[in-house]
Amino acid sequence: MNMKYDNNVKLMKGNEALAEAAIRAEIDGYFGYPITPQSEILEYLSKNFNEEDGVVLQAESEIAAINMVYGAAGSGKRVMTSTSSPGMSLMLEGISYITAAQLPCLLVNVSRGGPGLGTIQPSQADYFQSTKGGGHGDYRLIVLAPNSVQEMADFVFDAIYLAEKYRNPALILSDGTLGQMMEKVRLPEKGSLPKSIPEWAAKGKIKNKERNIIYTSAVDPTVMENLNKELQNKYALLQQEVRYELSQIEDAEILIVAFGLSARICSKAQEMANDNGLSVGLLRPITLYPFPSDTIYKLAQKVQAILVVELSAGQMVEDVKLVVNGSCPVFFHGRMGGEVPTPDEIFFELKKITDKQAVKN
Amino acid sequence: MDKIHEIVFAGFGGQGILSMGKILAYAGLEEGYEVCWLPSYGPEMRGGTANCSVIISSRKILSPISTKYDCGILLNQPSMDKFESKIKSCGICIYEKAEIIKVTEREDINILGLSAFEEAQKMEVKQVANMIVLGALINNINIVKIESVLKALEDVLPARHHHLIPLNKKALLKGMELAEKEFIH
Repeated sequence: MNMKYDNNVKLMKGNEALAEAAIRAEIDGYFGYPITPQSEILEYLSKNFNEEDGVVLQAESEIAAINMVYGAAGSGKRVMTSTSSPGMSLMLEGISYITAAQLPCLLVNVSRGGPGLGTIQPSQADYFQSTKGGGHGDYRLIVLAPNSVQEMADFVFDAIYLAEKYRNPALILSDGTLGQMMEKVRLPEKGSLPKSIPEWAAKGKIKNKERNIIYTSAVDPTVMENLNKELQNKYALLQQEVRYELSQIEDAEILIVAFGLSARICSKAQEMANDNGLSVGLLRPITLYPFPSDTIYKLAQKVQAILVVELSAGQMVEDVKLVVNGSCPVFFHGRMGGEVPTPDEIFFELKKITDKQAVKN
Repeated sequence: MDKIHEIVFAGFGGQGILSMGKILAYAGLEEGYEVCWLPSYGPEMRGGTANCSVIISSRKILSPISTKYDCGILLNQPSMDKFESKIKSCGICIYEKAEIIKVTEREDINILGLSAFEEAQKMEVKQVANMIVLGALINNINIVKIESVLKALEDVLPARHHHLIPLNKKALLKGMELAEKEFIH
């Protein structure tokens, strides 16, 4: 993808930057239902989306919204929805259908503390839901995790590009803080993401051509198994799209693995640690699915220990442990329910690990 | 040398806490700094306490979440109680005298009590109290120029309120003047 950027630097909220990026990515439709901390996306689009370019609609519920996305995506349109954690749970049935129908669309979860109605403060406790399927059946979403307002805008383009390339929904998994905070951003320009009506789109009967039918059920289990095989082949191919960011991993003794907001907080803790004579590297998965397994495995052979930091009780840490497979100790630090750790808190954890490792050696 | 300022603004909803932070952030943008403005967006903003933090930095901002702040602008008692311990040693605490009975007892920070609300009433527009406080802040930290703050007002205030800019300017200057004389230590 050839991204062109606006020269103007703006100060914007993450949610607003994402919404403006969606307009510039030339979406044909947005269907959503308000929920804190992401309501600015619907608000921004209601105000700024040109009605001649498509539809922005507040549905009667998240369930309705995701099914509108399903229908519109089936007709070959570039469409999206956004919500926050409890709303995402409501959408899962529809998302499972969309993956089975192999339709591209953009999903956004500006997540908040759960479970239940929970809080409206930031959380990463929807990691399992986002990366392991969530709804029923053997499916996966393409999951991108931004860590700045700039990436909230950029990943709209990346996610739509990948969704259309693989005919699979792509999810931007953000959190309340990234949605609400303002940072400098340079917005991608319109036209960076060409679009066309795909040949599989259900657009009615055309002369001399069979009509396209999109469905997700089969009476015969062989048919269903074949669809599953097709999906699995696609997910195998998708692994090539893995993205991550490394920082100061040369000679690192401890490796932090963290994504999104946690990775930002950890990068400050990393700086504090390295200023104090520790040797800390950081790996930030940018795609949570596909997961940067190979890189984590390789680094696990070199470092003394890994620290995983999440705004949850520990979800991604299970994937890290699976990959590391005992090569080195894996520690975890997490906060839950909308609480966020300070850089100091992570620095303290790093010191504890260094002390433990020193005793062991 | 790297210049980084982490500032927290806290008080009642309605005291202009979020706008104060926003105006400072835009002033930082105006001068080419990296900036990050993080509001409390919880039930607080529907009444009760509100706060926001602003980071202005000459290099990339790593964490939007701060451990401690260089400056605390504390405009009510719950904010004073919550944030006084989160101000860095040698940092600055600016508070509203009319709201705060129990002032921090810390001796390692600079404390400035303002009667911003009373001064605003003298100007017959109590809404500009936050600009008096912001003026006092700008006078005490070496980050942004008053000209940038005035420019920022144009960005933050909707056009229909632009006629109020001269009044806000007056309040900012008043705050700068007050900050010259009212330090405790």
